Amino acid sequence: MNRLSVDFLGINFKNPIVAASGTFSFGKEFAEFYDINMLGGISFKGLTLNKKEGNEGIRVWECESGMMNSIGLENPGVEEFVEKYTDYTQNIDTVKIVNMGGNNLQEYIKGAELLNKVDFDILELNISCPNVKSGGMLFGVCEESAYEVTKAVKNITRHKLMVKLTPNVTDIASIAKACEEAGADALSLVNTFQAMAIDVLHKKPIFDNIYAGLSGACIKPIALRMVHQTAKAVKIPVMGMGGIYTGTDVLEFLMAGASCVQVGTANFINPLALKNIIKELEAYCEKENINIKDIINII
Amino acid sequence: MAVIIQNTQIAKNIYKMRVCCGDDAKAGQFYMLRAWANNPTFSRPISICDRDGDEIIFVYEVKGKGTKIFSSLKSGDNIELLGPRGNGHELSAKKCVLIGGGVGIAPLVYLAKQLKSHGAEITAYLGYTNEAFLTEDISKYADKVIENIGGYITDYIDELDADSVYICGPEIMMKKAYELYKYTNAKVYASMERRMACGIGGCLGCNIKTKNGNKKVCSDGPVFKAEDVFYE
Repeated sequence: MNRLSVDFLGINFKNPIVAASGTFSFGKEFAEFYDINMLGGISFKGLTLNKKEGNEGIRVWECESGMMNSIGLENPGVEEFVEKYTDYTQNIDTVKIVNMGGNNLQEYIKGAELLNKVDFDILELNISCPNVKSGGMLFGVCEESAYEVTKAVKNITRHKLMVKLTPNVTDIASIAKACEEAGADALSLVNTFQAMAIDVLHKKPIFDNIYAGLSGACIKPIALRMVHQTAKAVKIPVMGMGGIYTGTDVLEFLMAGASCVQVGTANFINPLALKNIIKELEAYCEKENINIKDIINII
Repeated sequence: MAVIIQNTQIAKNIYKMRVCCGDDAKAGQFYMLRAWANNPTFSRPISICDRDGDEIIFVYEVKGKGTKIFSSLKSGDNIELLGPRGNGHELSAKKCVLIGGGVGIAPLVYLAKQLKSHGAEITAYLGYTNEAFLTEDISKYADKVIENIGGYITDYIDELDADSVYICGPEIMMKKAYELYKYTNAKVYASMERRMACGIGGCLGCNIKTKNGNKKVCSDGPVFKAEDVFYE
């Protein structure tokens, strides 16, 4: 009996552990270390309609109990993904999540339309990319734009739609409700926290973009709080993430209301991190004589 | 997990660590080293300085928290090794020039040894800021070694007749050295360095721009054709 299996959007996950987008590429690099088919799912490297070269300058920077990144969504573009990557990704025997962002509404719509050509399980909509049209605003930071982009993509996609929320907001629950109302099937949160580091010797910011995305253990308590607030505010399922390193961290997110979790930064600390977390959860369920789904949303 | 055999200071801020590891690693490759749990977050990419039977030798410079921890490790302590990673060097050349700057000289030791065993003739230019190190190791294999302390090693390069040139050091020095060979027939290789999160190609944190698009230093490199990286 598999004590770790969970249901999310009617899809059976072998376990609640999903590799987080942007930390696992398309899976191939990690397949060298363990059988990635043991994972609950993989959220592939975030795509945009057009290929992106990503940011210049320093892209990753360590901080106490975490890291900042400014990769800049480097990716092959939706079209190249459909043509060149799906031969590999289709053969992965786990839940496949395609993550997609955009610079404006049209890019989201066109990208989602192109992705209708390929089979996968969930479309994860990254709504924390700069919205060029409204002058650097982010889709995910206000209810109206979050609603608008979710609705537009929901209308065009044939896939189950999970909207990935940014934590850089005053009230995550209201954004979550706006996405639910617009037709999102699920939510995932949190993306990275906007952060900064300064090179004091040269008196300049570390990152060319000045700000970068903070992740890792240092964000976990805040991410957990936001997942809890969101899970209480909506009826659709929630995939939680933010600084998960261990099986115990996973249990916290599940108890707080997430039905599944994504794990990101931990993959950089140890390529076997996800495998180890799954083993920990198996041992926990065995010891407690429970199924993992029994602890979801108990707090 | 590997056991440290010896870890000693060989120059100011420069340490040599011998680790018990029988991997069949190539010159130019590196390992992600880690001697802690979750903090610091990242492992540290350190190139292979030399191999000796079932031991791998790393020579590293203490620059930040991670390398500071490495420097405090004692013989018998454990260290995690992830690797070998990266592409490593081609060894077909007959007439070679090695150019190293600072701790970038470390990987040239094993490269010189390998090239020598392939019958190559080697000239090495080694530049240091304060104090020389590893010159004796390189002298074992190189036919001619020119060292400089405090200046620009590129000012001393006079051997332009080579099949292959291998450069490792600060980027500005590598670029300057490449310019010297740009219009010769030599194949010029540069060992690139970038901050890495995973070291296995998962994060794209170490990507660099090349003539052929973005490449991952950790897995497409760290050794690149100099013309591909210094093209602008």
